[in-house]
Amino acid sequence: MTENHISIQTQDLHCQFGDLHAVDGITFEVETGTIFGFLGPNGAGKTTTIRLLLGLLEPSAGSARVLGFDTHTQADQIRLNCGALLEHSGLYERLSAEDNLDLFGRIWHLSSEQRTQRIQNLLENMGLYERRKEIVQTWSHGMKQKLAVARTLMHDPKLVFLDEPTAGLDPLASSGLREDLVQMARRHGVTVFLTTHNLAEAEKICDRVGVINKGKLISVGSPDELRLKQGTNSLLVVGRGFEQSILNELKAMPDVTAVEIQDHHLVVHFKQETESGKLVQFLAGKGVMIDEVRKGKASLEDAFLALLEEEE
Amino acid sequence: MIQDIITIIRKEWKEVIFHRTSGRQGWVSILIIVGIVGIYLPYMSGAEWLSDPISLLTWAWLPIIMTSGMVADAFAGERERHTLETLLSTRLSDTAILLGKVAASVLYAWMISLLSALAGVITVNVAFGEGTFLFYDPVLFFGGLLAVLLVAILMSTIGVFVSLKASTVRQAYQKLSLSTTAIWFIPFILIQAFPNQSMDLLQNLAPALEKNLTVVVLAVFAVLLLVDVLMLLLAKKRFKRTRLILE
Ligand SMILES: Nc1ncnc2c1ncn2[C@@H]1O[C@H](COP(=O)(O)OP(=O)(O)OP(=O)(O)O)[C@@H](O)[C@H]1O
Ligand SMILES: [Mg+2]
Repeated sequence: MTENHISIQTQDLHCQFGDLHAVDGITFEVETGTIFGFLGPNGAGKTTTIRLLLGLLEPSAGSARVLGFDTHTQADQIRLNCGALLEHSGLYERLSAEDNLDLFGRIWHLSSEQRTQRIQNLLENMGLYERRKEIVQTWSHGMKQKLAVARTLMHDPKLVFLDEPTAGLDPLASSGLREDLVQMARRHGVTVFLTTHNLAEAEKICDRVGVINKGKLISVGSPDELRLKQGTNSLLVVGRGFEQSILNELKAMPDVTAVEIQDHHLVVHFKQETESGKLVQFLAGKGVMIDEVRKGKASLEDAFLALLEEEE
Repeated sequence: MIQDIITIIRKEWKEVIFHRTSGRQGWVSILIIVGIVGIYLPYMSGAEWLSDPISLLTWAWLPIIMTSGMVADAFAGERERHTLETLLSTRLSDTAILLGKVAASVLYAWMISLLSALAGVITVNVAFGEGTFLFYDPVLFFGGLLAVLLVAILMSTIGVFVSLKASTVRQAYQKLSLSTTAIWFIPFILIQAFPNQSMDLLQNLAPALEKNLTVVVLAVFAVLLLVDVLMLLLAKKRFKRTRLILE
């Protein structure tokens, strides 16, 4: 048994479709009660990894343990304790919203009162309770997505897999969902494994992120670590007197990684640990007329793009 | 396990019988069938309806044919509507899902047969009754219900096999109708291929058939039961969720 504080642990996990290595030897851990963001471009192997972790696909090599259970031999136990929102919402469109949730409550052997209570809680929370009798087919994409998330949480799982949960949700709904996920993790110790193409979202809520590309895990760490490792900070200086000689001197400084002029503004990229004040002082000392200085922090997105570029 | 099978049956029935998307609810078609087979036909044929083996063929076979639609939908439909993977990601075991799907369609056929047969009794008694209560020949009635059950299981396991392999409901329908037609035609093809031998066989069998009808019927039931069990076991072996996702 894996120790309790680790919910997911993979060891050199591989999954091959013919000649294609969809998942190519990934090793990582996810701590219990944390939100892990799995990032990567289209076709990177995110969905395939989730399928492997749920025991829906068999790995061609390597192994994984989820909640302490082996995905190959104890997948039933894993599925019993997990909830999953996969690539498709998986809703029964010919049934009503309520019937969809009720079905999953029954699947997990919830009592009739538990089901009623849970359906009310979840749907009220998402503002869909009034419309619970409607056939799902008639709902909008975002409403279905919310319902699918509710269904995933119906049985209070210990670990949830969410494949692009906020895709198609409006800003209000996605921020609501993010809040719910954070609460679940912080208050109830639920572990969340999610994939997303929204890097700002990952930056906001994920304790740790993993970046996968072409089946290989190219980086794992907290969003901050990733930014520090990959991204650079920048300084935008609005003013006059950016002589070429000054720019050359700037470029020569060891902390500065790039200098460019954009729309008559000076943009200086520099390493994370550098004090930006030093740079401003230098410029002022050279007689540059400074109107305004703005500091830019590397986003997770910058770091992500830099990482992928590095891979190419 | 039983609870899980019932959950699946409930869901399948709700989807097929009570859904409201195609304008009318599914149970309207059931009413129409029961109306024709349980009211109109008995009314036309009179009190003989209850003793005529032909009537048995009507209320027993029609529903069995109807099940194929439901079975074709079993896995191919879930795949086509993108619900299969989510269903497979739940705690339900492979066996519960498989048996739930089979049971849903078998019971569907069986209930329609039973309803039609009972509606026939009411129709005949109301229209042609003369004080005494008229009912089927018990052997015909119970034998018929048992036959419906056994044949429906066979049909639905064939359907499950076909549905497992098909990616759309349409494809499943096509494959299913082809394979069932093939199975029903095997006796005719054999007779065609060996005309003399089969005539001899039939001539020898006929007297024996007449003498031991009960034994023959029981033997047929036994064989059907055996085939059902074999087919179910095969289906169980074939049904592995790790393979289903890939297909
Ligand atoms: N059943 C399958 N058979 C063959 N190839 C597959 C199968 N499933 C996935 N693949 C391939 O594996 C690779 C990874 O796919 P996967 O769905 O895991 O990507 P993803 O990271 O989820 O992408 P996206 O962001 O677009 O959802 C892709 O090249 C895909 O074509
Ligand atoms: Mg995907």
